[in-house]
Amino acid sequence: MSFLDAILSSLSAIRAHALRSVLTMLGIVIGVAAVIAMVAVGNGARERVNAQIQSLGANLIIVIPGNITQGGARLGTGNASTLTDADALALKTEIGSVQAAAPLVRGGVQVVSGGQNWATSAIGVDLDYFVARDWAVERGREFSDEETRRGGQVALIGQTVLRELFGGNDPVGAQIRVRNVPFEVIGVMSPKGQSMFGQDQDDVILLPLQTARQRVVGTNRAKNRSVNQIMVKIKEGEDLSAAEEEMKRLLRQRHRIQDGRDDDFSLRNMAEIQATREESARTMAMLLLSVAAVSLVVGGIGIMNIMLVSVTERTKEIGLRMAVGARPLDVMGQFLIEATTIALIGGMIGIGIGIGIAIITAMKAGWPLLIDPLVVVTAFVFSGLVGIVSGFYPAFRAARLDPVEALRAA
Amino acid sequence: MADLAPPALIAVENLERVYQMGDERVVALAGVTTQIQQGSFVAVMGPSGSGKSTFMNVLGCLDQPSAGSYRLKGVEVGQLPATELARTRNREIGFVFQQFNLLQRVDALGNVELPMLYAGLPKRERRTRAEAALARVGLGDRMRHLPLQLSGGQQQRVAIARALVNQPACLLADEPTGALDSRTSLDIMALFQALNREGVTVIVVTHEPDVAAFASRVIRFRDGKIVSDTEQTPRDAAAALAEWSEAA
Ligand SMILES: Nc1ncnc2c1ncn2[C@@H]1O[C@H](COP(=O)(O)OP(=O)(O)OP(=O)(O)O)[C@@H](O)[C@H]1O
Ligand SMILES: [Mg+2]
Repeated sequence: MSFLDAILSSLSAIRAHALRSVLTMLGIVIGVAAVIAMVAVGNGARERVNAQIQSLGANLIIVIPGNITQGGARLGTGNASTLTDADALALKTEIGSVQAAAPLVRGGVQVVSGGQNWATSAIGVDLDYFVARDWAVERGREFSDEETRRGGQVALIGQTVLRELFGGNDPVGAQIRVRNVPFEVIGVMSPKGQSMFGQDQDDVILLPLQTARQRVVGTNRAKNRSVNQIMVKIKEGEDLSAAEEEMKRLLRQRHRIQDGRDDDFSLRNMAEIQATREESARTMAMLLLSVAAVSLVVGGIGIMNIMLVSVTERTKEIGLRMAVGARPLDVMGQFLIEATTIALIGGMIGIGIGIGIAIITAMKAGWPLLIDPLVVVTAFVFSGLVGIVSGFYPAFRAARLDPVEALRAA
Repeated sequence: MADLAPPALIAVENLERVYQMGDERVVALAGVTTQIQQGSFVAVMGPSGSGKSTFMNVLGCLDQPSAGSYRLKGVEVGQLPATELARTRNREIGFVFQQFNLLQRVDALGNVELPMLYAGLPKRERRTRAEAALARVGLGDRMRHLPLQLSGGQQQRVAIARALVNQPACLLADEPTGALDSRTSLDIMALFQALNREGVTVIVVTHEPDVAAFASRVIRFRDGKIVSDTEQTPRDAAAALAEWSEAA
């Protein structure tokens, strides 16, 4: 019997029990879909993290109050009032590799413009912020030195705030109220997109640090000079970890922390954040991989089970085929091909579903669709192997049947 | 110069088939010796359990004798390996069963093509030969029907076409009319007779003397042995069929 004939005949046998065959395929379908989706989602996420780190600047170090390196997650981090704008100034003036050190405060605010109303976050910044984040004003102007120092009532708005409050209109010169404090809009920031953590970075309004701290987000603060974080940009070509060491030493000294005691601040750089993200992506991948492995094993057992049932059900057919000249090898091949075909169809459906999941995730998450053809081929070959392995024993049993006995079967 | 005579199509000597059931030995064939010539039409009769089916299974290479010799076309086939037996069944033997044994999900053509599939013939040749075989048994207009869409007699004709299609040396039919009414049985026997006149060797197992009457030789079994072997003038099935039609 030719190979093609054997495949055609197995397809007709599979069609004869369409529902049963589909249920049998389920394990393979889930396993393969999980593998395809897993790899695509992993690649997409990594690609986006890389792009974000690129956009945020790999040479950025963020200083936040409190200690997060000791004892895992500690609540209240970022709210401790141990960092001040004086710290920022010191970092900038005393460490040669620091290009910019931007102290900032932030808080959720309600912004009102005419009849429009929008909840967003306000960030109080000084001029270093624009350097550190490499963020330019698209329309209008930046704060003046005078405005940041003296606390002018001027504001820069992000693209999302522009859209929500002003629609398509020019906001420059417009009056808005932030927590009931009047501000004049002096410019619009260029679009920034989503952050690594999925936040809309354009849903923001920038205020001069002093004004923000005193009149908008800082009113309850015990220390008037404290900030939520300092964004430090290290000069191009400088060693990041060396700069971090210097910053640590300087801050410990300024905060009068004795040797052997924990820092009252934490440094985080983008490489670290990336490592955390990759770590969690790896955990996710391992999880999906075990789901895939379990599904493939369960799928294989399912196929073996159904093939054993099929051999029993079709004993008489096997006897007849032997009577008209099927060799044991032909019978063996027939059931092996049938098991493999079921597995391969399951594999193809799984590949389709997996690619579908990858497309939907890529669309929702807004990262590029990255499907590795090698992974698709591997998944396909693997499902075929599962079919061969699980079909082997049932096929062997069929081939060993005695023709006379088989023909006598009901 | 008897040596120059062509060997018998089938020659068995002291054929034995013993089933071991635990401690018990069931002797299905207890030393059968006979010859069947090319072109003969043999009826095998005997009471139930006398070994007729066992004899046919051995002749058809589905089963192997426990002892004795079986030569088909002069070649000893009693102890061939499974693959060789399958080849012999495919080339030399055409089986017809009481229950037709057609593949239910395949149409008449597909069923008739089955032996040629295992002979490794290309699709086109399989198709033309299957069509010719179906036409030969009078089913030229039913080729695309599934077994369930055919009457019992028609299904048995498909089975006969399938048995004939590889041009075997011998047609083996174990109670081919057992599941059919008398009129349809007559049809089938007329077909066998016609095929036999074209040179096909036919061996039919039957319980019915009416059916055995169409054969030219009757072998009777009892307790795994041949108890009688007689030549006779066969009744003409076509004539019997005509009589039947007149009576109706
Ligand atoms: N697989 C087997 N195991 C044990 N005994 C068997 C087996 N097959 C057949 N026999 C025995 O062999 C003997 C001959 O059986 P066989 O089927 O050849 O009879 P038969 O003449 O065809 O009978 P029937 O007319 O009822 O079909 C019987 O006694 C039967 O019980
Ligand atoms: Mg019998």
